[in-house]
Parts: sequence; C-alpha cells; structure tokens
Amino acid sequence: MASQEVKLLGFWVSPFSIRVEWALKLKGVDYEYIEEDIFNKSSRLLELNPVHKKVPVLVHDGKVMAESFILLEYIDETWKQDPLLLPQDPYERSKARFWARVAEEKLLEYSFTAMCTHGEKKEQALKSAVEAAEKIEEEMKRNNKKFLGGESIGYLDLAMGWIAYWLPVWEEVGSMQIVDPSQFPATTAWSKRFLDHPVIKQNLPPRDKMLVYFHERRKILGGLV
Amino acid sequence: MVEEVVVFGVWVSPYSRRVETALRLKGVPYKYIEEDLGNKSPLLLKYNPIHEKVPVLVHNGNPIAESLVILEYIDETCPQGFPILPKDPYERATARFGSKFIDDKCMPAITQACWGEGEASDKAVEEATELLMFMENELKENRFFGGERIGMVDIAANIVGFWLGTFEQVTGVELMTRDKFPNLTNWSIEFVRNNVIKENLPPREEMISYLRKKRSAR
Repeated sequence: MASQEVKLLGFWVSPFSIRVEWALKLKGVDYEYIEEDIFNKSSRLLELNPVHKKVPVLVHDGKVMAESFILLEYIDETWKQDPLLLPQDPYERSKARFWARVAEEKLLEYSFTAMCTHGEKKEQALKSAVEAAEKIEEEMKRNNKKFLGGESIGYLDLAMGWIAYWLPVWEEVGSMQIVDPSQFPATTAWSKRFLDHPVIKQNLPPRDKMLVYFHERRKILGGLV
Repeated sequence: MVEEVVVFGVWVSPYSRRVETALRLKGVPYKYIEEDLGNKSPLLLKYNPIHEKVPVLVHNGNPIAESLVILEYIDETCPQGFPILPKDPYERATARFGSKFIDDKCMPAITQACWGEGEASDKAVEEATELLMFMENELKENRFFGGERIGMVDIAANIVGFWLGTFEQVTGVELMTRDKFPNLTNWSIEFVRNNVIKENLPPREEMISYLRKKRSAR
C-alpha cells in the first residue's frame, strides 16, 4: 500500500515536477505518478492547487502540497534516509536555498525568455542570462566537490539540475548559447557528472520530444513574451 | 566565541523589518545598519553582490540574503527560542508556501494596485482582491496564521498587516475592507498590537509622510 500513500501530479517535460521525482527516487520512496495535461487542466489539479493551478503537486497521506523547492524540503524532512538532500549546517543550508533561487529567478527566467523572443528583447534576456550563469559558475568553481551537495547529490543539485539538460535544449531551440563549455568549465563538468548519476540518467524526458515541444512553445509564446 | 549579528536594512522596508522581528522574537541582540539605497555602502555590496539589496544578515562574518531565507536561518540557529516555523514537516511546507505566496503574488499585485496607473492598476486591484481572499480563507478565525502565536507567515505578512494600510491611506485605493475581509482585518489589528511586532514597525505617521513624498516626486 506504500505506493498509494504518495501521489505526484506532474507534467512529463516540466523541470519542476521532474526535480521532485528525482528526490523521491533518490530516497527510494514509492509513489503514484499522475500525468497532468497542463494545457487542459483537470478539475483534480485545480482543486488540489487552486492558488497556482500548477504542477507539481504532492499528496502524502491526504496532505496536499505544492511548489517544487518546498516539496524537496518536505521530502527531506519526512524521509530522513540517505541521501540527505539539505546540508546539516544552517549557514550551508541558507546558501543552498539562496542559490536555488538565483538559478530559478534569474538564469531560468532569462534563458526561457531569450529562447522565446527575438531582436532586442532576446539580446537583453540573453545578456542577463549569461550574467546569471557567470555568477553560478563562480559558485560551482568554489564548490570543488563531486556535487553541490558534496559527495552525494543534494538539494542544490536537484534545484539546478535543469541547467544540465533543459538549458542545452533551450539553447538549441532558441539558436543561442548561454553556457559555452569553454567559458563555463565548472558548470559543464558538474552537468556531466549530474547527468551520469544512475537515478538522474534514468529519469529524463526524451530529448527529441523536448525539442519538438519547446519549438512549439517558442512559436506560441514568441508573440506574447 | 562572541556572537556578532549585524542587520543591513532600510527603515521603510517590510523585508528588513521581518528580519529584525525574528531576531527580537528569539531575543538575539544585533547591530543595525541603516542603508541609503541611493548610495549603497561598500559593505552591503560586499555582502550581497548578487542582488545588492537589503536585508542582509551577517552572522560572525557570514552573510545571508533574502528575507525568507534569513528567517529560516534564524530559526535553525536558535532552535530553543520562540518557534518561527512549526516542527511538523507538513505544517512547515504550508508555512513556506504561504510566505512565498505573499512575496511572489500578493506583494506585486498590491504594489501595482496601489501605485500603478490606469487599466493595469484596475486589473491589479481585481487580482490583489482575489489573492487577499486566499489569505482570508486560510486564516479563518485563527488569531494568527501561525495559530495561537505568530509564525513565519505572520511575519512575512507584515506587508498586509501594516504597509497595505499606509498605501491605502496615501493612494486612496481600498483593498482590505472589513466587510470583505473580516478575518484579515481582525488579524491586522492583533498584529500591529503585538509587543514584538510593534517595536519593529516604522512609526505610522513617518511612513505616511515618506510615501506621500514619494508619490508627489513621481
């Protein structure tokens, strides 16, 4: 009955729901995955997350929660087995939370915008994305361990994991380059190690389908962004 | 080791006031440095090079930025003091969700509704009303979002508890009326009366003067 205690509502190509799946799989937690069509939202999703109407949503023993970073912390606090996702030291924890937000609010936002726009809007977004990437690269350089979580994958690796796999797809779709391997050696090396991890490797959406999907999104959003 | 706690803030900022509130709740002495945002100090830029914003907490030389991240840090560093976050993981997730909701959704909508112009402002009034309704329904008839005592969401909601009233007074935009929001109205009264909270709010008349000056400077 363990797999019925935990349900995750997600979307196959969403880096936000996949990072939660990574956490559950790393901890060895059984869960039922429910694919949501975010372009045709189910009444179930709207009922469970009326505030944001978004995936991922985690339901554990009837308790409903949303927002992927919050779910990562919940998972870590509820299933205390290895790997421990957040560092033990409060200062290290605060740094992990801080950098997760920087990657999300700056690099992700600007990269996605750059992918969808043209002309000056694109140039601006691209410039801001590269600036954010540079700051993250410095942080990656400072952390000279296998992963950002240390010897094992942690919260910040999961939070930034999209950089290793989604960002190259967005770069291709947007005909742009943000993380040039020659300029971002630490980020590039970390990305490779991250994607090589057995749990991560087995839980990535197919790249060819992602390209189709994001090309379509670019067309649709291109007029609106 | 002698504990050294420094807060970089701005007297009008709800974000830096959150940090001071948390430290006071925990009974932690700290040194406060008022920043001039038009002329940021080299220390601020050193401690928060990414965002160059207040608040920043510096604990024994270690800087932490982003008010909600700082609140969690304070709670984890002083686990024996007044609890800012609950102990239960699900309640913690709910508190984090509520705080993030205030920052990501409420604050931008409230700001646009009160300070924006024309159609954008009208739309924002609608949106802010909807968002405040979520808070109203979440609070129900509880004394605080944290239950019997103040918690993280209450501290984060200082914008709604105090600043919103000052915005409404200066701009004439009415968002949180008693008939629409009885729970929130009662909560905001309790909130500003609380001993620790009230020590950490800017004096209302000075806040109003400041906002009036800002408004006429536009």
